[in-house]
Amino acid sequence: MSEYLPIVVLLILSAFVAGAAIALGHLFGPHHPTERKSLPYESGMTPFGPGARRMPVRFYLIAVLFILFDIETVFFLPWAVVFRKLGLFGLIEMLIFVMVLVVGFLYAWEKGALEWE
Amino acid sequence: MSIDIILFLGLAVVAILSAAGMLFSRNAIYSALFLIINFSAIAVYYLILGAPFIALTQITVYAGAIMVLFIFVIMLLGAEQTGRTPASWWMRPLGMGLGALLILESLYLIFTHLHSFPQPIEIIDGFGNPGQVGEILFDKYVLPFEIISLLLLVAMIGAIVLTKKKMKR
Repeated sequence: MSEYLPIVVLLILSAFVAGAAIALGHLFGPHHPTERKSLPYESGMTPFGPGARRMPVRFYLIAVLFILFDIETVFFLPWAVVFRKLGLFGLIEMLIFVMVLVVGFLYAWEKGALEWE
Repeated sequence: MSIDIILFLGLAVVAILSAAGMLFSRNAIYSALFLIINFSAIAVYYLILGAPFIALTQITVYAGAIMVLFIFVIMLLGAEQTGRTPASWWMRPLGMGLGALLILESLYLIFTHLHSFPQPIEIIDGFGNPGQVGEILFDKYVLPFEIISLLLLVAMIGAIVLTKKKMKR
């Protein structure tokens, strides 16, 4: 387990930096809340209704595409580690894998799934 | 107590509390955030069990991508605030009954097989690291690996077709 010590150190360090940023802001920033100041800002109008609106389905498509390419990346890692050992065979394997996904990428591009409109 | 046992117990507390927090949050977004903590704790369990590649995948795919999808779907449905939907009368007794059955069965199995559980096999050095996974995946399991790309392609096209249809209405 000791080989993961750097990750633990990094986690503690990042938690410390994030915590320090918030704590220092609290400590030195002016803090005079009134009821009006704590209202959510809605371009000067009195806010009404729930703050969260339903999101368009676009976001769902973006999330799904993100997952799929994320999983593709996960498979790149074990490949990259043993890349030299696998030689040409490994390269061809990965090329086939990537080519199939490039088809999907081109399809998404062609269908305008990557555009926001 | 060895350091592994202390780690195990500490993580168990984190995992169970975050799971409880997920269940009891009234706001679905908070539930999703609790689930991220739970996934992270499980990822460290995988590390303790000597499966670093699965731990890494747990973080990148589950705590990362899947949770992005969850949060988007929650916001898509506008389901942040789960209202008090009245439960049917049979739900609570059924849940209690099934839960009791599960606990009883587990206890029975544990106590009757207490001494006949197989001993854990000593894992060889570097077992389950990305290099070893790669060597097996790209040698013995080439075909499943290539089929994964097709699966991903199908999912990609499916998502695009479904959402595009909705856009055109």
